Amino acid sequence: MVETFYEVMRRQGITRRSFLKFCSLTAASLGLGPSFVPKIAHAMETKPRTPVLWLHGLECTCCSESFIRSGHPLAKDAVLSMISLDYDDTIMTAAGHQAEAILEEVMTKYKGNYILAVEGNPPLNQEGMSCIIGGKPFLDQLKHVAKDCKAIISWGSCASWGCVQAAKPNPTQATPVHKVITDKPIIKVPGCPPIAEVMTGVITYMLTFDRIPELDRQGRPKMFYGQRIHDKCYRRPHFDAGQFAEAWDDEGSRKGYCLYKMGCKGPTTYNACSTVRWNGGVSFPIQSGHGCIGCSEDGFWDKGGFYDRVTDINAFGVESNADKIGMGTAGVVGAAVVAHAAVSAIKQTRQSRNKPGQDE
Amino acid sequence: MLSAQDMQEAAAHGRHVRAVYVYEAPVRLWHWVNALAITVLAFTGYFIASPLPSQPGEASENFLMGYIRFAHFSAGYVLLIGFLGRIYWAVVGNNHARQLFILPLFNRTWWKEVLFELRWYLFLEPDPKKYVGHNPLAQLSMFVLFLSASVFMIVTGFALYGEGAQAGSWAHTLFTSWVIPLFGQSQDVHTWHHVGLWVIVLFVMLHIYAAIREDIMSRQSMVSTMLSGWRLFKDDKP
Repeated sequence: MVETFYEVMRRQGITRRSFLKFCSLTAASLGLGPSFVPKIAHAMETKPRTPVLWLHGLECTCCSESFIRSGHPLAKDAVLSMISLDYDDTIMTAAGHQAEAILEEVMTKYKGNYILAVEGNPPLNQEGMSCIIGGKPFLDQLKHVAKDCKAIISWGSCASWGCVQAAKPNPTQATPVHKVITDKPIIKVPGCPPIAEVMTGVITYMLTFDRIPELDRQGRPKMFYGQRIHDKCYRRPHFDAGQFAEAWDDEGSRKGYCLYKMGCKGPTTYNACSTVRWNGGVSFPIQSGHGCIGCSEDGFWDKGGFYDRVTDINAFGVESNADKIGMGTAGVVGAAVVAHAAVSAIKQTRQSRNKPGQDE
Repeated sequence: MLSAQDMQEAAAHGRHVRAVYVYEAPVRLWHWVNALAITVLAFTGYFIASPLPSQPGEASENFLMGYIRFAHFSAGYVLLIGFLGRIYWAVVGNNHARQLFILPLFNRTWWKEVLFELRWYLFLEPDPKKYVGHNPLAQLSMFVLFLSASVFMIVTGFALYGEGAQAGSWAHTLFTSWVIPLFGQSQDVHTWHHVGLWVIVLFVMLHIYAAIREDIMSRQSMVSTMLSGWRLFKDDKP
């Protein structure tokens, strides 16, 4: 008999009171009204647990580290239990052949009904030899497990975009999941790492409503990635007022002015940091006085300095920013115009002297 | 066909002046409104990327960045609406109103004249030709540096505007939703929009220089044409 989420939670010593608190907090974090709390509770009480297979490719485990710190006291226990995390080589007890056996078992038993969570990405160069899982390239494991899954969650910027291992020059040709697996719905949860509550929120949504959350064109859940950090930043009034920190130790920096001039990528980064925040809502980078580095955006490593406002172009072999190129070109063209005007003036004078009366 | 003053001047110089009505009133109006909008856009745009020094006092007492952005967005709307109006006029206006939008790429004589104009600018031709509308080289550079750049700036600009206006706004639906994924991410759109600023700056430099130079050295009027609409020819030779 397959256990429901609720049964598993109760079996693990979680009180009904804590369970309901978890449901209401989840509803709040998903932006749902109070009327959804009983719906979430009902779903948890009646639906069988969905098995999740969590694969690790080329990654640093920061997604896992974030996930297990999901701020709400219950989230760690509840989520790890409720999703029936059947395979996660980093945190599971089983190892070796035993561990790999579970993978096969779930794949056959829940064919087409399990969720595949991928942390990290497969490197394609050297026939995938840069990442070996159980003696085989990760690429093989990923393709094998993805074959019969219901949906894929791409945890973090590695799985979603490629992240640091795919930064130029990308020697291992680390490739994001959606470029390798093309026939399954993929939910991207980018960030380096993603916010813990965003991770648990996405999973809870999928279990509660039995469908994947609404995604934007780039495959990210709209509810967490629909707005920029900038749109909800508490320092935004200083931006609009034109009050900026100009150096890390100046008056503006002490007063908590906007970090725009210090290269904060808040205006170009879609994530929930300025609303959900980190570590149970304690803080987020900008609140700690450091600009956003845009870690949930595609290729954020390759845009030049984290502390530049006008970032590098990095195209057509150019590695310079728009202002440098623009001012340089404008200078050259300006000089050319002046020179051309001078020659034109000489020509004009000469002509009118040669043909007196003609152009009078 | 000639205004009283033109007639007088012509008489005074003892020279036959021929004039053609080239730029109709909407085209001229658009030109100057556009020039103003582009000036505002260029300066405010630069200061959005590299803001002015910090303002002292309470945040609630200041709205400098807000005003700069407001001016940028308003001028952006003027540019867009003006552009749409200009397209409309290209359809209903006279033949010269269409010249900006259509390049006769398969016309061999046109290409020859592009080369001729290039030689004229390189001081390899002693005398320029007469043109009622743009000369072919001017037409080509208008299309590449001005028209394409304007379209690029409108599309990327409103894509960035849609980010602030957020999902559901017309700018987000029409532009942001596909432009951002096309470039990869928002920062790239900002960067290329910024490169676009410099392309427009280059265009403005060349445009103003060429117009004044042609006014002096060519055989037809230039600057006054965009004010009065009349193209005056300085001589009677073909």
